[in-house]
Amino acid sequence: MSFFETKRLTKAFGGLVAVNDLSFTVEESEICGLIGPNGSGKTTVFNLVTAYYPITSGTIHFRGRETNALPTWKVCKEGIGRTFQIVKPLRRMTVLENVMTSAFCRTSNSTVARDRAVEVLHFCEMANKLDYPAKSLTIGDRKRMEIARALATEPKLLLLDETMAGLTPQEQAEGVQLIRKIRDSGITIIIVEHIMQVIMNICDRILCINYGQEIARGTPSEVANNQAVIEAYLGKE
Amino acid sequence: MKKRSTLIALGLLALFVVFPLVERSDYYRHIFIIALMWVVIGSSWNLLAGYTGQISFGHAIFFGVGAYSAGICTTKLGISAWWGMLLGGPMAMLSGLFLGWICFRLRGSYFNLATLAIAEVFRLVAIYWRNFTEGMQGILIITSFRSKLPYYFLALGLAALCVFSISRIMKSKWGFYFIAIREDQEAAEALGISSFRYKSLSLMVSSFFTGLAGAFYMNYMGFIDPEVVFSLYFISIMAILVAMIGGAGTIWGPAVGAFVMVLLQELFRSSFFGYAPKWVSDAHALAFGLLVILAIRYMANGVVGDFPRILNLLTRKKPMVSGAGGN
Repeated sequence: MSFFETKRLTKAFGGLVAVNDLSFTVEESEICGLIGPNGSGKTTVFNLVTAYYPITSGTIHFRGRETNALPTWKVCKEGIGRTFQIVKPLRRMTVLENVMTSAFCRTSNSTVARDRAVEVLHFCEMANKLDYPAKSLTIGDRKRMEIARALATEPKLLLLDETMAGLTPQEQAEGVQLIRKIRDSGITIIIVEHIMQVIMNICDRILCINYGQEIARGTPSEVANNQAVIEAYLGKE
Repeated sequence: MKKRSTLIALGLLALFVVFPLVERSDYYRHIFIIALMWVVIGSSWNLLAGYTGQISFGHAIFFGVGAYSAGICTTKLGISAWWGMLLGGPMAMLSGLFLGWICFRLRGSYFNLATLAIAEVFRLVAIYWRNFTEGMQGILIITSFRSKLPYYFLALGLAALCVFSISRIMKSKWGFYFIAIREDQEAAEALGISSFRYKSLSLMVSSFFTGLAGAFYMNYMGFIDPEVVFSLYFISIMAILVAMIGGAGTIWGPAVGAFVMVLLQELFRSSFFGYAPKWVSDAHALAFGLLVILAIRYMANGVVGDFPRILNLLTRKKPMVSGAGGN
């Protein structure tokens, strides 16, 4: 059995089928890209995996266990962390407190949680901003804090939802480095991203979807040259 | 810093211990007893609403259940109403679990309205279940002490215990989780926080202390009826005012708010000790309404939350450039 696997995953909002019969696998410690045009259902897939929406049909298996019947917070305890496309900082908390909150996922001891949070923020190169109020951060730092917060829950699988959108090229380059560093620490990553430069650069494999259905999968270069993918993004001639 | 605030707290406690020994008038002792009771209720409300973000319009439920637990000990079980001090907290906690089970599936204003409605249900049950509650006749017991002193120290003990417990909770995992739920429930769930479980825990602590205050009220006043202890205006709204005026989401806010509000209430009730015309005492609801409007407009974080700003204003310095920018 694969590290992470969805089988015939389907989500319908009334008559609109946002995710349609989607089966895919992710192997341990790879970076898997999930791409597709706007509205193709990428974020919906994340919301299904983390149980924000109930699944219409299909199953999700993570490390040999079925997770699709679990509530969101238990999915996190199972070891799936996520970030949000529209960032959700805990605004009236400091950066350190934000990350401490998520570190409490694995401990009840404040000192342990604090040490763990500081460690993660060092890892994400935010150690100089521990006491900044979360609401005062720039968008780049908010996205970075969001990653730090997900990491502090000690996930085995990390879902990154457009963590590069809206960043400067400099910040993007730093972000790519951070994602590589996370993978090297042994965490498997599924990444949704619109910036092709980023996706092509860091992914081991890519799954491309449109209208909630798979249209292509393979290595970055295979997908980039796939006729169906080009048509989905640019339209037919 | 940590040491300093502990010292201030101990100093305050010492002042409160000395106060009734110096001030021998029963009237002022009574006002302080009621204010200390409101410290308990306000702090409890603040834990659920100020910190966990679940604004309750139904804290009268817990106060009433606590008070009736004590009263019914005497009328039905024939034992001292002081047993209510043991029973009141757990009984209020049970009603809290019931309230949470129903209301926590709702969010925002729907939650507020549901708590309001359920509080009215409790009030009506207390009025019409005459066999059990004596209905509008109320429950009258003979109080144990003529002196105010035992009540004063009991209220002080309760207030200190409540504020201390809540400040400890807020430094622990629970505290972080409560604030996370207030800030963003969806983000909290993604961080492994069961929002239902932690909202219920917050509500349980909150209802427990409010129930204790209710049981204390029964023992102190010697008389309760549904229109007093299950009152929307005198209990539920007052709890909100106490915490809002003092500063919701701060440890000391409700404590300060309790004294401000109880003193204000007393000023209006007595028409400013008889110096103002009689109709003033009838206008206290109006005055409280105005107060809330002004407080929200100019002092949204309460006396404690906006203390630095108030200090600046009083010393006529230029207002601090606050990075707040809304909330």
